[in-house]
Amino acid sequence: MPTAILASGLNASGPETAVFWILAPIAVIFALGMVFSRHTVHAALMLGGVMLILAVFYAAQDAPFLAFVQVIVYTGAVMMLFLFVLMLVGVDTKDSLVETLRGQRFAGVIAAVGFLLLLFTGIVNAGIHGSKGLHAVNYADNQPARGVQNAGGNVYQIAKLLFDRYVFAFEATSALLITAALGAMVLAHRQRHTPRLTQRELMQQRFKFGTHPTPLPGPGVYARHNAVDTPALLPDGSPSPLSVPASIELASQKQGREPRPAELGSAAAAHHPSSGKGQAE
Amino acid sequence: MSPTFYLYLSAILFTIGTLGVLLRRNAIVVFMCIELMLNATNLALVTFSRINGTLDGQVMAFFVMVVAAAEVVVGLAIIVSVFRTRRSASVDDANLLKY
Repeated sequence: MPTAILASGLNASGPETAVFWILAPIAVIFALGMVFSRHTVHAALMLGGVMLILAVFYAAQDAPFLAFVQVIVYTGAVMMLFLFVLMLVGVDTKDSLVETLRGQRFAGVIAAVGFLLLLFTGIVNAGIHGSKGLHAVNYADNQPARGVQNAGGNVYQIAKLLFDRYVFAFEATSALLITAALGAMVLAHRQRHTPRLTQRELMQQRFKFGTHPTPLPGPGVYARHNAVDTPALLPDGSPSPLSVPASIELASQKQGREPRPAELGSAAAAHHPSSGKGQAE
Repeated sequence: MSPTFYLYLSAILFTIGTLGVLLRRNAIVVFMCIELMLNATNLALVTFSRINGTLDGQVMAFFVMVVAAAEVVVGLAIIVSVFRTRRSASVDDANLLKY
């Protein structure tokens, strides 16, 4: 069982200490980076890093089941959900750096430092010396009973607790999950206030108001240019501005990249020498 | 190695999460900081489980993870619906109840 090997390998005092002192500062740096980074996506990635490091710590502390659940649930599901919502809400929404409450930052830092001191005092006063360790509990009844291989172990013992002493909490959890799924559906559901237009109505509207009833021309695809910001060429060889979406045109202007009509003209001439020349003259 | 160090790390991570909730204005980042606080608590629970030599702490951490997953789903749905109506993910803009 690789998890048992991993856990027991890390449990020897030396390697565990090394792993802790290497990974703990990285976790703290990632957490601080998450709080102070301006980009939301950077913050999400750093939080993912902290969660992975915590999974390693779980594995080092005789909790291989939780280590894997941490990777699957947190870095797998929760972080993906966060990134998904980030993309939905807009990646480039940056925090304003203006303080709305005067002195809020200073007061926040003071409160955090005070809270940290409080927690540290509590931990010191608890007077924890050594630990009982979980190896004995994890492998309490490790006999392959009734032909079951690896009957003991962390997963088996957690299952025994979960379905025995905590079975009521476990059942309540299922109700919670269903409620959460329903709540998310209700919250994210958008009510349609106007009836959905049929294809016939859409067609009538297009001919009533639209100046361009047919579909717009697609962007240019040539031997050397295959991009949506390259305008298509009309039969007379001139580029068609309608073929480039307005947002892409804006973006390419922002980057200082103009559509290159001269280049396009030469490309068109190379492709259709007879038609291009004939139309131009 | 003494498991107390894990408790100190857990306290530090929890405090950083609190700091983020106090300082940041973007609702999604605030939410991520809450996740960090939950994770720090889980680390403390796993460490307690090891100190006491029983698995109850790990079961608690498991339940915290389940509740956190449910909370993320509902919270992000709320953020999306607020963003849809107010075109902003800043917690300062959701102030209709203030006046």
